[in-house]
Amino acid sequence: MATTTSTVPSAGPVAGSRSFLSRLRQGDEIARMITFLFAASVVLVTLLLVFELWQGSVLPRHKFGFNFFRTSVWDPIFEQFGALPFIYGTLVTATVSLLIAVPLGIGAAIFLAELAPARVSDTLEFFIDLLAAVPSVIYGVLGVFMVVPLMRQYVQPALKHSFGFLPLFQGPAYGVGFLTAGIVLAIMVIPYIISVSREVLLSVPRDQREAALSLGATRWESTWKVVVPFARAGIFGSIFLALARALGETMAVTMVIGNTPVISASLFSPGYSIAAVIANEFTEATGDLHTQSLIELGLVLFILTFILNGFARLLIVATSKRGSGLGHA
Amino acid sequence: MSPRLRWRKFVSGFMLTMTGVCAVVAVSVLFLILGYLAVHGGASINWNFFTKLPVPVGETGGGLANAILGSAKMLLLATIFGVPIGFFGAIYLAEFSGGTTAFIVRYAADLLNGVPSIVIGIFAYSLVVHPFKQYSTLAGGFALGLMMIPITLRSTEEFLRAVPNPLREAAMALGASKWKTIVTVIVPAAYRGILTAVLLAFARVAGETAPLLFTALGNQFWSPGWTHPTASLPVMIFTYALAPYDDWHRQAWAAGLVLLVLILVINIVARAILSRGIAVPRS
Amino acid sequence: MKRIAGLLLVVLAVAGVLWADNPLSITGAGATFPYPMYSKWFDEYHKKNANLEINYQSIGSGGGIKQVTEGTVDFGATDGPMNDDQLKAFQDKHGFGILHFPTVLGADVPAYNIPGMTAELNFTQDAIAGIFLGKITKWNDPAISGPNKGANLPANDIVVVHRSEGSGTTYIWTDYLSKVSEEWKTKVGKGASVNWPVGLGAKGNESVAGTIKNTPNSFGYVELIYAIQNNMPYGRVRNSSGAFVKADLASVTAAAAGAAKNMPDDFRVSITDAPGKTAYPISSFTWLLVPAKFSDATKRDAIKGFVKWMLADGQNYTEALSYAKLPKEVVAKELKALNNVQ
Repeated sequence: MATTTSTVPSAGPVAGSRSFLSRLRQGDEIARMITFLFAASVVLVTLLLVFELWQGSVLPRHKFGFNFFRTSVWDPIFEQFGALPFIYGTLVTATVSLLIAVPLGIGAAIFLAELAPARVSDTLEFFIDLLAAVPSVIYGVLGVFMVVPLMRQYVQPALKHSFGFLPLFQGPAYGVGFLTAGIVLAIMVIPYIISVSREVLLSVPRDQREAALSLGATRWESTWKVVVPFARAGIFGSIFLALARALGETMAVTMVIGNTPVISASLFSPGYSIAAVIANEFTEATGDLHTQSLIELGLVLFILTFILNGFARLLIVATSKRGSGLGHA
Repeated sequence: MSPRLRWRKFVSGFMLTMTGVCAVVAVSVLFLILGYLAVHGGASINWNFFTKLPVPVGETGGGLANAILGSAKMLLLATIFGVPIGFFGAIYLAEFSGGTTAFIVRYAADLLNGVPSIVIGIFAYSLVVHPFKQYSTLAGGFALGLMMIPITLRSTEEFLRAVPNPLREAAMALGASKWKTIVTVIVPAAYRGILTAVLLAFARVAGETAPLLFTALGNQFWSPGWTHPTASLPVMIFTYALAPYDDWHRQAWAAGLVLLVLILVINIVARAILSRGIAVPRS
Repeated sequence: MKRIAGLLLVVLAVAGVLWADNPLSITGAGATFPYPMYSKWFDEYHKKNANLEINYQSIGSGGGIKQVTEGTVDFGATDGPMNDDQLKAFQDKHGFGILHFPTVLGADVPAYNIPGMTAELNFTQDAIAGIFLGKITKWNDPAISGPNKGANLPANDIVVVHRSEGSGTTYIWTDYLSKVSEEWKTKVGKGASVNWPVGLGAKGNESVAGTIKNTPNSFGYVELIYAIQNNMPYGRVRNSSGAFVKADLASVTAAAAGAAKNMPDDFRVSITDAPGKTAYPISSFTWLLVPAKFSDATKRDAIKGFVKWMLADGQNYTEALSYAKLPKEVVAKELKALNNVQ
């Protein structure tokens, strides 16, 4: 990412050199205080959010402790709440989506960064950015009306026919389930992988490519064996970003996953994700334990996405620093 | 040419073509979605859709006028709540703050940005709905506004920082105080980027459904004032798409088309504004 | 820029004034079971009382009970009556009680989607319990094909569909299954939200109907009107007298006959598996949950006014939507009970 040089200090002459009163008279101190309040409110609201999540989940944390993450019974009648099926569902669908989105996304990014002429690359990137702006519920609609029937009528039977010996592809073809949710999620996260990977690939210094080509590598070899590894950290960053998005997705998933808290080896099985169960059960969770268990699930999701986003940012920044440090394309 | 070289060249050509295929596949999804919604929902976009209220379950006809208005009201609230915080906060970060404070604020904003929208819904419920015992447009607007804050903050900050120092120094040399410089020189110089940031944040929350489930609930009538539950476009799309009634499906597709076109148009306009302005780094 | 901001403020002010609480807006939430009926009622009532909007959101009976207890909605609706713990929770929280008011009679029907099959199937108690327990997995199982001689049932896997959220419709269904199947009673039990042995979850009667309609070989339970409005085949169920009965106005009314005579004061009663040769065994009342005390007198009067209308004129709309009218004795009793709402 070609940014302006990193250090743009608070612009202008050092403010402290004038007296406080003179600054006050000139309104600067007021401006500083007002804008500080706004900035501080961002921090406050974020802290409040974390606090509410923590406070709001005190009952199940004390009652179940870490067993919350190990048990798989979710029974509101007998007040037993185990998060395992939802964690499982969230992870499985995210994994399936990445397995599909990563090759496609990196492939497209390579095309856009290495092969396509600038104009084509920019136009296609424009469309990819638009794709990233499509709301989740619309992907859900696409999922329900196009993907689910396709899966049920063609894809699942075909997979069962050819690979039915694998436990992954067993069971009846409902149309909804882990696989379908994974596919819909893949469509949703591809734009993130493409746009970030494209940027980091573009920031790889030209000499890297030229060196490879001058040593006799083919175009593909230069790309795959030199450029991509150079940008590896940033590409991983984009994958983490995509993963964070996939984990938190609510609407599209709840419309195609089958909404059943089940742990199954089969991808055809209906399942549940953390976000989906919160969306379905929150307004009607009777009893504090039920409500707070859902909030604890929200807390788990929050922590997961927080960690992933943090990693992603580190990796992406690392790559661009690396790229710009070695002379520029 | 040795056979090995021929093979490598073939692999090269093949793989690079495959990447082209990947790119085409990815981009075509956009047109697939637009096409599907246009074909199935286009016919249902008529005057009724924009002006009529929903009819009782199972009957046909009716429209989504209250959902459109409800969404508009909540988006207005979200903008009024989220944009000033992001904007003024960004001014603080770019013009006044020291390193540590800036780091903390940016970190908090990034944190807030990464929160899944369903968790924002939980937060808004416990903060606004539960204490006041009322589902409301306000609560929905609050939830959406929360989501607008980080986007506005980070983007605005970047555009403010990108304003060249000579501009600032010239203003100072002419005797302008800090805040005057900001108001008369810096912000106007960056306004294109800031406008883009606001538009993009707006487009992002316009399609959000999850936070509205626990805050705005829904309403089959017009929602009076700001303190009552209200229908909204994304929630109606969700409800109608999952129902068995064909008439509801048609309305869901129509609503989806309207929503999608709106969001895409805002995105395109935002980028157009930006590209005609000063060359600033993309965030 | 300043002009735009000014304009915006003016628009805001105008909008605020124009839409400032003009009509009285009351919010209720709960069961999807009677939703077609309620949406029709509230629409008609609004036509007669333009200044009153009763906004009803069908989020499921569990949601209705929770939200009215929380106080975030003015009234609730449920097809599974609140149990003693829930009543106590409400009482503890508010300092006064909450009252049940039956509105209509409806039925849970076993709807299915077998490709090519439009015939009405007969289901025994054991068949339904077995399917939902996951013990009967194929459509041509003897338990199903036994009472359906002549129907060409395929050897396909049954896709069970149930509710994913807290639902009164589920309560009715599981209440019935608990009465007719000892195994169901011990393994799963009755409730608005149970630990389902098998099946796909869908939110709301609407979504269950949608899922059944779209999924071949599926089997699930929905309120009668949803099956009718969507032209979905639904089966007959064997009642306690051994007859296979189809859900309709007559059979549902017959199921309520006994309860009408012996209605408890709080109106909480179950009529599943009711005695009577013509009774449909999976019928139920559905209730509005009205707090016993309102701090806002206009809201209280509006709700009481609606309930009175509902018990009189409102009952004339029910049969068009295949809900059975309330028995006369129940109506009389409810009008008296309405005085307890202060």
